[in-house]
Amino acid sequence: MKAMDIRKIIETGLASIAPEADFDELSPTENIREELDIDSFDFLNFLIGLNEKLGIDIPEADYEKLVSMNDLVNYLDERTG
Amino acid sequence: MADFIMPSLGADMKEGLLVAWRVKPGDQVKHGDIIAEIETQKGLFEIEVFSTGVVGPLLVNPGPDKVPVGTVMTTISAGDELPSPARTSSEKRINISPAARRLADENHISIYDLKGSGPDGVIGLADVERVLTLAPPVAAPEVVKQTTDFKTGMRDAIAAAMSLSNREIPHYYLASDIDMSCALDWLEERNRQRSIRERLLPVVLPLKAVALALKKVPQLNAHWVDGKIQLKKDVHIGFAISLRGGGLLTPALHNVDQLSLDQLMAALSDLITRTRAGKLRGSEMTDAGITVTSLGDLGVRTVFGVIYPPQVGLVGLGRIAEQPWVEQGAVSARPVLTATLAADHRASDGHLGAQFLDAFTRILQEPAKL
Amino acid sequence: MAEQTRTITYRDAVKEGLREALQKDERVFLMGEDVGRYGGCFAVSGGLLDEFGPDRIRDTPLSESTFTGAGIGAALGGMRPIVEIMTVNFSLLALDQIMNNAATYLHMSGGLFNVPLVIRMATGGGKQLAAQHSHSLEGWYAHIPGIKVLSPATLEDARGMLWTALADPDPVLIFEPAVLYPMAGELAADAGAVEIDQAKILREGRDLTLISYGSCLHKCLEAAMSLAEEGIATEVIDLRTLRPLDETCFLNSVAKTHRALIVDEGWRSGSLAAEISARIMEQAFYQLDAPVERICSAEVPMPYARHMEEAALPQVMTIVETVRRMVHG
Repeated sequence: MKAMDIRKIIETGLASIAPEADFDELSPTENIREELDIDSFDFLNFLIGLNEKLGIDIPEADYEKLVSMNDLVNYLDERTG
Repeated sequence: MADFIMPSLGADMKEGLLVAWRVKPGDQVKHGDIIAEIETQKGLFEIEVFSTGVVGPLLVNPGPDKVPVGTVMTTISAGDELPSPARTSSEKRINISPAARRLADENHISIYDLKGSGPDGVIGLADVERVLTLAPPVAAPEVVKQTTDFKTGMRDAIAAAMSLSNREIPHYYLASDIDMSCALDWLEERNRQRSIRERLLPVVLPLKAVALALKKVPQLNAHWVDGKIQLKKDVHIGFAISLRGGGLLTPALHNVDQLSLDQLMAALSDLITRTRAGKLRGSEMTDAGITVTSLGDLGVRTVFGVIYPPQVGLVGLGRIAEQPWVEQGAVSARPVLTATLAADHRASDGHLGAQFLDAFTRILQEPAKL
Repeated sequence: MAEQTRTITYRDAVKEGLREALQKDERVFLMGEDVGRYGGCFAVSGGLLDEFGPDRIRDTPLSESTFTGAGIGAALGGMRPIVEIMTVNFSLLALDQIMNNAATYLHMSGGLFNVPLVIRMATGGGKQLAAQHSHSLEGWYAHIPGIKVLSPATLEDARGMLWTALADPDPVLIFEPAVLYPMAGELAADAGAVEIDQAKILREGRDLTLISYGSCLHKCLEAAMSLAEEGIATEVIDLRTLRPLDETCFLNSVAKTHRALIVDEGWRSGSLAAEISARIMEQAFYQLDAPVERICSAEVPMPYARHMEEAALPQVMTIVETVRRMVHG
């Protein structure tokens, strides 16, 4: 799966939580949860969504690695093979 | 026979708009059934009935006029009792001239707030005009006024409730730093064994701990009504849920003391989802005995809360962050939670508040017992 | 430019209208009891016999049904008859002719036969003529489809309604309040025909609408003047035509004032006032700031004794007090 497709899936998941988000404005290194005002409940749901779409289980210990868009794309890219 | 009245869904609510009946006269209903949908400043709520029996004549029609809290909307007759056919709501009817009613409607003035100066107190045009000249002009809402602008309505409602709270409730504040290492280790171990869907959010631990602490200090699970404390039998905890785009609701999680952590996580998930989707039930807005607000997601360390009347306490949870922790002469880094209690000094004293925070702290040290 | 006026009585204004009609159209003739040699029982047609001769000013027997029927026949035959009936009470003898013939022919002939008949009669109390000469039954006539019902209250209308009524292809009844005949006032020197389709606002005001016609109109105007001194601005409407009603006029007025009081010399039950009240309720309900009220005659046969007759009729003081209560509560 290409990085672009992964990014699309991430954006779709985030958009369902923060419909007003403008992803063109979002820098790939910014803290997504802060920028889009996503609380831990929303974030958990977002990860559940990724898990369902991509079949990747994200251990809780890895949550803190997933801060920016780049982090997410890289993390998922490595694991989708 | 029980009256079904326009419920108060909060200290700030004076009237509500009946959006729809979910029952018709003659329907059999039981405790907990949803019988109506009511719109308040804060949104749309499903309203349950708390008696069992047969629905009587519907005495109030859905919108557009708002119905004051306490207005009898229908009756529920128990058992074989027949619904009374001839009951009228004439004593609730407002005497207002047709022209005055229309002018009030056009300007979004509640006719229930008007004082009549005509014969027998009838409200006339002059009475509405007097209010209009006092009030700043209100811009007519666009399109139809079927649904309120919840954003401003919510702001108004929060403003009213919080003003009341700060005006009337003598708050006292206590804070405790709590070592969360045991709790978080336990949670991490537990979550590790589970799929992402089954994992618990850290906040369920302090939520459950509040419930158990309230069993020990029941005086904080209460309402302050007419100068007296009314202890709550059940442990329903209001949970502050912020809404995207602004605003806040504090619906109740029911019987938290009796829920396992998994059940509590499911209940919390359901409550947050329904809150954000505008699908709350009326009782969820009223029956909490205390409220918990968690602002740790945003990095806040200490929360100084404002009590939601008529409750007598509010527990504030900050972020859980590593801090230097001194124990037995040694310093180590521990995850620390700063928990606060804002409490009503009319209903309790600091000593009692301290007992509550102490119990809360100790409960969190034994997560397996949660 | 000051308009040329002269002082004239209501009676002479009616006579001027009659004379003009008789002069302008030779198909026009006047017939009725005592209209010729006696000059009319209310002295309206005095002198016209000498002026126009017995063919055009015709005394009739004391039989309202007969001469009204003759008038209908003449109208069908191409004439423009003016039938005078002494008072509205006696018109009941001619009611069969008016209602079953005059009002129905156009309809029953499939539109072939118009009846261009004008019937004039005196109406109302206030002259101590007792219960057989003093009633106001024009509201009954206003119930009948197929006729027009006029009630001139002003000198202009007394002078000008007749010619327009004669020009109408269908039967027109003109009710002249007997009490108004001696009323004198200024009338334009060149006063002539007036339209008969619209009610008229005689006085503007923002607080309450007084709706009336005929002799009660003058009581309303007097009440309005007195109320103005207390700061209550009443709008006064002269209905002028009772059938068909110009409802636009009073509905618009109520939309402005939000209160209406109807003053009608007829009896209250089933009255024209009831009809007007109903129309306001049907079409201007959301404009109302107070219930529509009515002042009508007491529901008794009109008494003879002066003080009792006055008590039975709507009076200025009653209007003033009712308006005051409706406006100030």
